[in-house]
Order: sequence, then structure tokens, then C-alpha cells
Amino acid sequence: MLTFTIRRLILSIPTLLFISLVIFGLLQLAPGDPMAQVPLTVPPEVKEKMREALGLGQAWYIQYWKWLVQFFWIEPQVLIDHWFGTSFAEGKQRVLSWQTRSPVMDIVVQRIPQTLWVVGLAYVVGIAIAIPIGIYSAYRHYSVFDQAGTFVTMIGFSIPPFFTGPLLIVIFSVYLGWLPSIYDTLHVVNDWQSFKVQVMQMIMPVMVLALQTTAQISRYMRGAMLDNLNQDYVRTARAKGLKEATVVMVHVVRNSMIPVVTVIALGMPAIFGGAIITENVFKVNGIGQLLLTWLFANDIPGVMTLTFIFAILIVFFNLIADILYGLLDPRIRYD
Amino acid sequence: MTEQPIPASPVEADIETFGALVDTEPQAPPRSQWKDVWDQFRKHKGAVFGGGFLIFITLAVVLGPYIWTLEPTKLDIRNKDWRPIWTLIWDGDAKAGLAHPFGTDQLGRDILSQMIAGGRVSMAVGWIAMLLALVIGTAIGVAAGYFKKLDFWLMRFTDLVLSLPILPLVLLAVTLFRQPLNSFFGSPEAGMFVLIVGVIGLTSWMQTARIVRGDILALKEREFILAARSIGTKPGKIIRRHLLPNVISPIMVSATLGLATAIITESALSFLGVGFPSDFPTWGKLLADAVPRMQEFPERVLLPGIAISLTVLGVNYLGDGLRDALDPRIRGR
Repeated sequence: MLTFTIRRLILSIPTLLFISLVIFGLLQLAPGDPMAQVPLTVPPEVKEKMREALGLGQAWYIQYWKWLVQFFWIEPQVLIDHWFGTSFAEGKQRVLSWQTRSPVMDIVVQRIPQTLWVVGLAYVVGIAIAIPIGIYSAYRHYSVFDQAGTFVTMIGFSIPPFFTGPLLIVIFSVYLGWLPSIYDTLHVVNDWQSFKVQVMQMIMPVMVLALQTTAQISRYMRGAMLDNLNQDYVRTARAKGLKEATVVMVHVVRNSMIPVVTVIALGMPAIFGGAIITENVFKVNGIGQLLLTWLFANDIPGVMTLTFIFAILIVFFNLIADILYGLLDPRIRYD
Repeated sequence: MTEQPIPASPVEADIETFGALVDTEPQAPPRSQWKDVWDQFRKHKGAVFGGGFLIFITLAVVLGPYIWTLEPTKLDIRNKDWRPIWTLIWDGDAKAGLAHPFGTDQLGRDILSQMIAGGRVSMAVGWIAMLLALVIGTAIGVAAGYFKKLDFWLMRFTDLVLSLPILPLVLLAVTLFRQPLNSFFGSPEAGMFVLIVGVIGLTSWMQTARIVRGDILALKEREFILAARSIGTKPGKIIRRHLLPNVISPIMVSATLGLATAIITESALSFLGVGFPSDFPTWGKLLADAVPRMQEFPERVLLPGIAISLTVLGVNYLGDGLRDALDPRIRGR
């Protein structure tokens, strides 16, 4: 298992390099001139100097290489300096945002906890709701619960987050006035009262994101359960006198989880995509909202780094899913 | 083999001789595979409704402009902010009437004709992007499944693309390439259409490719492919005549999923404000424009939102029914 994990970790390096190359290529091919906003009164030679100051004068492979070095070599040093008070990164060039002229990673580090909280909680809530629904509707196949569950998941699957978001705001913030419509990031949780406020403001963004996950995963869970419930080993388990709860919850569920884990991992890009929309609707200042801001401001280093961070998150969660896959299914041997 | 008379029906003659071989029951007329599929499909109520709704909405957006001839972009500032006609039921004084059954927006544009025009764009983007993704996915899937040499590299490539952050990249591409394509195609609408369709198509073929490859790998080992190869059929011909017809059902199922995703992605782009130009209605754009004033005019959010959701719901149910109908193991149960 450990060798497999290490091998998978090493394999994810070329993947990440490929992704960074794709993003970089896209940004290089894009014709937009970052100097387009500079007034015409600025003489051309000054413009040329500004260009060089932004690092645009070099060939594309040098720019790419410099970005790689900055991201993979200098930024970790900054992190180590921050943790241990050392000074490895002293005076080294970091990835700078064109919009704010400050290091991109400093801004990202401020923004990323909000996104991870909302996205992570939404995924956990979604899975926690989806799996029992899937189990029960497969166990009572064609019952009223199953029919209703199928209908509700179909609806959840079909309603896009940019529709449920405004809809929930109108119902719960405007008409009922129960929940705040805007996520307050500066809110500090230090006692029971503020914790309640935090929960209240997280309910809507989390539920909007969780709806899609719930729908998708409970459908897969139901399908996998149905496949497994008719297998011979289930009959054997019942024949040797195991309790029904043990048969379903231990034998069948564990086997049905195997394909579902893949689906959970493959849903990761979609949920981060959904996070961009949800953050926009509920004004959560996470990295999805940051990406849109920088994109409209034509801030190329910022966009490059941020998109790549999305890629890292996706690759990382895929890796976790692969490892879980091995833990759940002893038939899979990685050596 | 020159002028030999052929007996009219040797089988009938045989049956007359061997009476015991005659079936006691009359034989059922032969049924084609597609008739079976249709019968199974009809049993799935949701799928029939979904398919029916998809046909209805397609006809509505295609034929709508000929029936409801009001220009979607015509400004009529005197008649702005009309409510939809059903508000008259509980509020007799509301500004509403038959002239604008769905009401008008803050510039007096008719919402019904905007919905029709927006639906045209959304459906066109959905269908074309889905077809593009299907063609790419099927081509890669077939190539990877059939040619062993390509398999490893094509599937690694598919895995790589699957781990790309799709929505950020789509946002990036649409924002960055807007300008040159607009000037290339002459009008901003055409440039944006090609860009959005291309970007969605290029980023949603992976599932199709994986499914098709898996099926081709299994089919390739079957006897009829061996037979075809043994009489000297060329690979291209084997793929076209023998393999593709056999993978048509997974392709159709992923087509419905692709259509749903494409419609949602296009609306999401419009919602985030990177889609079509601002005076060009699409469902996502209508929804996004209505959000700031949704307290006073909730119908302007609800109408496009419901249109998107119902279309996608219909497509998803259609896909569900197709999956059941096209699976020979489920069919006939």
C-alpha cells in the first residue's frame, strides 16, 4: 500500500506538469495585451520597459520555467520561512499579482480556507445524505420511497446551482428572513452565539452545492446496491443466519462503496466548478470568486497560479480516492 | 448451375412430409430490435414525458418566432415592467395583459419573445456541443479500444484531461479568446457561439471515450469480429460495419448526458457574465440579469430558471429511459 501511494504520488507530478503547461499555453496563446490599458501618452520605450518589468520580454519557455521555479521552489521556501522563522526565501522573486503587486500566494492563502470550508462541508454533507438514501431506495426497490427518491434526485441533478442559489435567497433571506444572504468572512467564531451565526450563514451555500452531489451519488449508490443485492454471496450470508442489518450494512454496502468512491473522486472537478458559481451568488470571498476577479482584470500570473491550485486540489482528491479504493477492495493489489 | 429449376420453397415441402415438425402454435411475427427498444422505452413514464418535453421545447424555440412575432430586442420604454398575465388573478390592478403574456423587462422588452430567442441559443449550443463531444469521444474511444498501440497513450491523455479543472479553464478560454474570434467571424454573436460550442465540446468528451473504449475492448474479442477479420475485412470497415452499430446504445445514453451538461455549462457562463454579448438573450443571461431585482419581479428569475431546469430534467429522464430500453438484459422484463 505504501509503495502504491508513493508511486501514485510520483505519477501525479507529470500530470501536474501537463496541466500547468496547458494553462500556460492557453494564457500565452491568448491575444490580449496586458499593456492595452496603459494610456497612449506613455512613450513606446517606457512601455517596453514596463513590459520587461512584468517579465513579458522573454521567450515563452523562459517565462514558463521561471513560473515553475517560483511556484515549486521559492513558494515552499516562503512557507518554511513562515513556519520556522528561517530566511531561505530572502530576496527571491515570488509570483506577483499584476493587479495588487503583492505575492499571489499571500492572497490565495487568505482566500482558500473559505472555499475549502464551504466545498468540503458541502461534499461531506452531500455524501452523508446521499448514501443512506441510496441504500434505502435500493433495499426497498420500487417502493414509494424509492420512486420519490428517484424523482427528487433527478430534480436535484437537473436544477443548476445558479438557479437554486437566488431561489433560496429569495425564500429564506427575503421572504422568511431566517438566513443571511451574504457570507460574512470576517466573522470570528469564539463562543456559542457566534458559532450559531456561522452555521446560519453557511447553510445556504453548503446546501446549494450539496444538492448536486447528493443527487449524483445517491443514484450511483442505488445502482451499485441493486447490482450487489442479487449476488450469490448475499444469499450465502443470509443462509448462514446473519442478521439482515449485518448482511446489508456490512456485506452489501462495503461492496457497493467501491464504484461509488470513484464517482466521488470524479465529481471533484465539478464541485470546484460549482464552487465558483456558489461563491459568486452568495458573495463568499473564496478562490472561485478571486479567479473571476483576476480573470476580468487580465491578471495573468494570478489566473495561472489560481487555476493551477484548482488542478492541484483535484489531483490531490483523486489520489485520496485511489488509495481509499485499495483500502475498500482487498481484491485490488497494487504490487 | 445453368438452367436448373429451383423448387419454390424446399422448407414447405419438408414440413409437409414431416408433420411432427410443424409448430402447434402460430409463430409470432418477427420483431425488429428497435421495436423492442421502443416498447421498453414506452413503459418508462418519466422517459416518455422527458422526451415529449424535449420535443415540445425544441419545437417551441424553433417555431416560436413565427407564431409570436414580437422582436426580442425591441425596446418599448413606455410599457416597461409589465407583470406576467397570471398576476391579474390575485391583483386586478397589476400592469399586465395579453399584449405581453410573460410581462416585459425594465427596458420594455417582451419576456416571452426573449425566452424563445434565448431558448434557441441555449438549445443550439447544447445540441452542437453535444454532437462535437460525441464525435471526439467516439473517435478516441474507438481508436483506443481497437488499436492496441494507441490505447495506452490515448487513455493516459484522457485521464489527464479528466483531471483538468474544467470550469476555470472554460472561463479562461472564453474570456481570453473573445476578441479575436469576434473579429474573425465578423459579429460578436457568431464568434461567441463558435467559441462556447468549441470549448464545451473539447472539454466534455472524456466520459464517452472511456465508455466506448470499454465496450470496444469487449466486442473486439467476439467471434463475429474474428470472422470479419478472417475474410480480410479492413480495420476501417470492421469499425464502421461491425463495431460502431454495437456501441450505439452507450453513445446515445452519453449523448443525453452531454446535452444536459452543455446546456447547464452555457447557462453558467452566461450567468457569470462571460457568455454572449449583453443584448443577446440566452436563458442563463436572462436569469443573471433578473437576479438584482428578483424581490420585485421573481417571475423573471423563475421563468428562465424553470425553462433550464425542466429541459435538463427532461433530457436526464430521457437518458434514464434510453439506458433501460437499450440494455438487452433489462429489456423484456
